[in-house]
Amino acid sequence: MLLTQGTFSFLPPLTDDQIARQVAYCMRNGWAVNIEFTDDPHPRNTYWEMWGHPMFDLKDPAGVMFELAECRKVHSGRAYIRISAFDSSPGWESLRLSFITDRPAEEPGFMLERQESQRRTIRYTTRAYSANRPAGERY
Amino acid sequence: MKVTQPKPRSRYDAGVMQYKQMGYFDLDYVPKDTDVIALFRVTPQDGVDPEEAAAAVAGESSTATWTVVWTDRLTACEKYRAKCYRIDPVPGSPGSWFAYIAYDLDLFEPDSIVNLSASIIGNVFGFKPLKALRLEDMRLPVAYVKTFDGPATGIVVERERLDKFGRPLLGATVKPKLGLSGRNYGRVVYEALKGGLDFTKDDENINSQPFMHWRDRYLYCMEAVNRAQAMTGEIKGTYLNVSAGDMEKIYERAEFARELGSVIIMIDLVIGYSAIQSIAKWARRNDMILHLHRAGHGTYTRQKSHGVSFRVIAKWMRLAGVDHIHAGTVVGKLEGDPNTTRGYYDICREPYNPMRLEHGVFFDQDWASLRRVMPVASGGIHAGQMHQLLHHLGEDVVLQFGGGTIGHPMGIAAGATANRVALEAMILARNEGRDYLGEGPDILAAAARNCTPLSQALEVWKNVTFDYASTDTPDFVPTVTAA
Repeated sequence: MLLTQGTFSFLPPLTDDQIARQVAYCMRNGWAVNIEFTDDPHPRNTYWEMWGHPMFDLKDPAGVMFELAECRKVHSGRAYIRISAFDSSPGWESLRLSFITDRPAEEPGFMLERQESQRRTIRYTTRAYSANRPAGERY
Repeated sequence: MKVTQPKPRSRYDAGVMQYKQMGYFDLDYVPKDTDVIALFRVTPQDGVDPEEAAAAVAGESSTATWTVVWTDRLTACEKYRAKCYRIDPVPGSPGSWFAYIAYDLDLFEPDSIVNLSASIIGNVFGFKPLKALRLEDMRLPVAYVKTFDGPATGIVVERERLDKFGRPLLGATVKPKLGLSGRNYGRVVYEALKGGLDFTKDDENINSQPFMHWRDRYLYCMEAVNRAQAMTGEIKGTYLNVSAGDMEKIYERAEFARELGSVIIMIDLVIGYSAIQSIAKWARRNDMILHLHRAGHGTYTRQKSHGVSFRVIAKWMRLAGVDHIHAGTVVGKLEGDPNTTRGYYDICREPYNPMRLEHGVFFDQDWASLRRVMPVASGGIHAGQMHQLLHHLGEDVVLQFGGGTIGHPMGIAAGATANRVALEAMILARNEGRDYLGEGPDILAAAARNCTPLSQALEVWKNVTFDYASTDTPDFVPTVTAA
């Protein structure tokens, strides 16, 4: 299955040139770009691992692309990698863009577990098949 | 024969007196920062002095009655009298005037839309000397804004909670709006969410009818939501309509939605202002996003001559604390002049609204950090309009394609995918700095080459537009500014 988190998951995988143009857009807006990766794709997994700090002072997309290449050297094919942009302006202080750049070689998807409860209600648990294995050995 | 001169009438002699002379009209009055200000469009009956009509509006919406009462003198009546302090002819509309009326803050109960509206749109709208009356806009002082909780969630936290950034959210209203059983209804929800939408929605008149009781709908919908979440790895939601005949039922339904793990519930505007504020406070206690369908508003917002502008309703709802509000599509099937709609969106989304007469916004409005409301665009929109929707409505909006999802020739999931691909392609192009409005059709056509559902959607709905004259447009005189 295709994990559809992020802003551009329904498009064909972005080329490095396309990624760099999105990074340039974030920098034009004064947002800090950061790179994160994870091997736990659960939709409520908020805290992906940070590849260093958000690049607050960086002005050139090439710097982000260099870091993305470094991250890929370690995690490519074995984790999801995403680029996010943080806006520190008043009233936002939150992400303004977040998209997946890299996926594991295979995406086995999620098991939906159902626990029958009272009054016909069901307790649902979403579990990534890959999460059965220890972190670092999932993909 | 001796003639006695009539004694000059004094303010508190018994009898009827002009409102203007009773202290409700004062062109020298300077509104205080803490005053509530209302702008009315006043159309007096033939022969009625417009200043007297405006004074009457001020009087009848504050302390006055039709005759002098001595008991005024037991109060600080000067303070409690609303004052019309400015009156202008409406540009291009002979016989109508814009009347600016200031109200002291002490006239209003804190944290109560009911009390505010009972004064401002109470008896005065039926006042015989007026042909018509419309509440156009209000300035709500920070001191009053701060007595309200405002939206429980707001745009920023909603995005964080749903993990969706940088693009409009996508939704669809389940159709047909009436008649589906719970089991079949859930099928539509599942297909639409799996295909790529973020939300599905109950329609305003889906409550608990013979063909589908509310518990059945909630149970099947949550099966669909959880199943779609597992199929995509993405957070999904469906607006479960909790509107009902009494508040006890509304709470019962909201609590069941919470028990089932829904991220969002919805209400209709027709449940009333008290009910809206009650459920908004419930939503705040229960981490629930609250969607408001503006059912019924068209009865009093649409005609320019009489009623209440939707921009006032939008302000009241931001105070009352809803997270979503239907605010128009510009291009879809329902009323919506682009400039007027822009004004509504600004009221929902901005921390501060400067006066913009061309958008129908008559006052500077400071929202004092009250959270932002996510506007919802729903009704007669489709994937082929994506560039126009993004241009008119921006990024922080829920785009709801009901027919434009469910009516897709290859099925509901394909319709959802078409909308999502069209949206992501347009956002990508915008961010790259392209002229996405001018190149919109090309951007969509290019995206459709990789996506059969989008190419089918563009073909089916290629000529669908709703191009009618708007009834509710701003009346203002453009000012010439130095280039």
